Amino acid sequence: MVKITISDLSFSYRSRKILDDLNLEIRCSEVLGLVGPNGSGKTTLLKCIDRILKPKGSLLLDGREIEEMSRQEIARFIGYVPQSSTSSNSATVFDTVLMGRRPYMSWQVGESDLDKVAEIIDLLDLEDLAMKDFNELSGGQKQKVLIARAICQEPQVLLLDEPTSNLDMKHQLEVLEIVRDLVKEKGISAVMAIHDLNLAARFGDKLAVLLDGSIYAAGDPRSLLNKELIRTVYGVEALVVKDLDKPYIVPLRSLNGRGAG
Amino acid sequence: MTMTISMTKDREQTRGRLKEEYSKFVGRKVLFITGSILIIVALAGVAATLGSANLSVKEVYTAILARFLPQYFHSTWFSETIVWGLRLHRIIMGIVAGMGLAIAGAAMQGILKNPLASPFTLGIASAAGFGASLAIVMGAGFVGGEYLIIGNAFVFSLLASFTVYGLAKYKGITPETMILAGIAIMYLFSAMTSFLQYVGQSEQVQEVVFWMMGSLGRSSWEKVWIVTAVTVVCLPYLLLKSWDINAMGAGDETAKSLGVNVERTRVICMMFASLITAAVICFTGTIGFIGLVAPHITRMVVGGDHRFLLPASALVGAVLLLGADSIARTILAPVILPVGIMTSFLGVPFFIYLFLRRRKEFW
Repeated sequence: MVKITISDLSFSYRSRKILDDLNLEIRCSEVLGLVGPNGSGKTTLLKCIDRILKPKGSLLLDGREIEEMSRQEIARFIGYVPQSSTSSNSATVFDTVLMGRRPYMSWQVGESDLDKVAEIIDLLDLEDLAMKDFNELSGGQKQKVLIARAICQEPQVLLLDEPTSNLDMKHQLEVLEIVRDLVKEKGISAVMAIHDLNLAARFGDKLAVLLDGSIYAAGDPRSLLNKELIRTVYGVEALVVKDLDKPYIVPLRSLNGRGAG
Repeated sequence: MTMTISMTKDREQTRGRLKEEYSKFVGRKVLFITGSILIIVALAGVAATLGSANLSVKEVYTAILARFLPQYFHSTWFSETIVWGLRLHRIIMGIVAGMGLAIAGAAMQGILKNPLASPFTLGIASAAGFGASLAIVMGAGFVGGEYLIIGNAFVFSLLASFTVYGLAKYKGITPETMILAGIAIMYLFSAMTSFLQYVGQSEQVQEVVFWMMGSLGRSSWEKVWIVTAVTVVCLPYLLLKSWDINAMGAGDETAKSLGVNVERTRVICMMFASLITAAVICFTGTIGFIGLVAPHITRMVVGGDHRFLLPASALVGAVLLLGADSIARTILAPVILPVGIMTSFLGVPFFIYLFLRRRKEFW
């Protein structure tokens, strides 16, 4: 089943075009990895999907045009995990996750909201941090809390912007495993902008390669990732190891100018 | 099977413990709020005993309660006149003005994500000062008679916030644009006030300076009701938007993704906060410091959750202003100092004390 349908989506910052006539479908129980070089429009696309930015074109959430939905309705459908976050308010981890209930509550916090927060904190093994100040956590811990907050929104689609940047190897795997398990268990979808092609290939059911604001190629990482693509998109000569379940990329050297050769 | 059951039990225990910890955490904040209310009630009673006519705390409370429950409490005409006619409206004005200034400051700091945001830094106070100066020096104003100075101060402070809004709107309603526009407006009105002082006669200049120091001495029951009415109208909206202000603290994009209509909330909260401030300072003159520091003191104790921060700031503001006014009335008696001087003298050392011994980041 299709969760999000994007058709002819364009976005410009003043006169500079960032996204150009983009078409994409996001399906149920699927992790979609958005890859591409710096400045190719990954983060902008995520922000357009969540309507933090207002693009041109059509964006359907479960068949409904996003423009006709209120911010609150969008927040119940999409959970957004920003790349990093510091809060100007001191807030505990519990309060930060509780904020994910914002689309469902006004002032009063209901018993069911507290149950939900406790459940998610427990699920992500954050219980020892629950009463700690969010701003005092390490990068990996913060990332988990932000994911917890987004899950607390009970969204159909999770958007993650570089969820593994600033994280060590263990935390990278931990965070991505959480996302993958959530997608499979709850039948939701996830779209993540991610730089590391190997992690993208390993955890993405599908990859979309962005180049200069358009989708250059999309599909199963096994068939998608090859030497030519990496050379054209990144300007890097690489070795693609195909013996494993998913392709593994070993970058060898950068070429002068993108697409050289 | 047994393992699954015991695991479920463990999870339930963890979740139960988490909720319990959180309710204790919230309970402490509620306790602080309750404590502050009791302090205000006690302080008001003590404040009503201060002055040249010697009344005991008991006489004061009897005089107050006799109005509401005449069948149970009997007061003398003398104490009733002193308490109700002379002292109580000033005390209530202190409480309401302190609450208004503090809650406006807390809301501004929250929605602009800036610890320095206050009616002063946003130009509202200096615009009120200019309005008052214009009335005092030139005799020009929007309304005549008794309300000339008040009307001018009120209109100009709202004018300042609309200008800030207009300028910010042009570049996008972000905290930065609003603060920069506010600071520009503040300097503009300060310069215009200085000009009026330069051309004014010495008695007029003295009156302007005195007005700008801020005082509760000009209060009356009528003014108390006006300020209370404005505060009561604006307060529920700000409280209702507590979650939105919390979310905006994590950044505009995060707030949007959590379903907050960021720009609209920011503008409406700003307008309500400005309205409260304008309603207070047009009657009291520019009482500084409360709007800036009461929220900071409160934040150090109850944390950054605006559901508790807003009401608790209001109460701390009331305690600070009432306390400062009581001391201002007695410290050099029979000379009564303007409360604006006292708030800083008292508040600054207390603030620095808290600031130095804080253990963690509060902003």
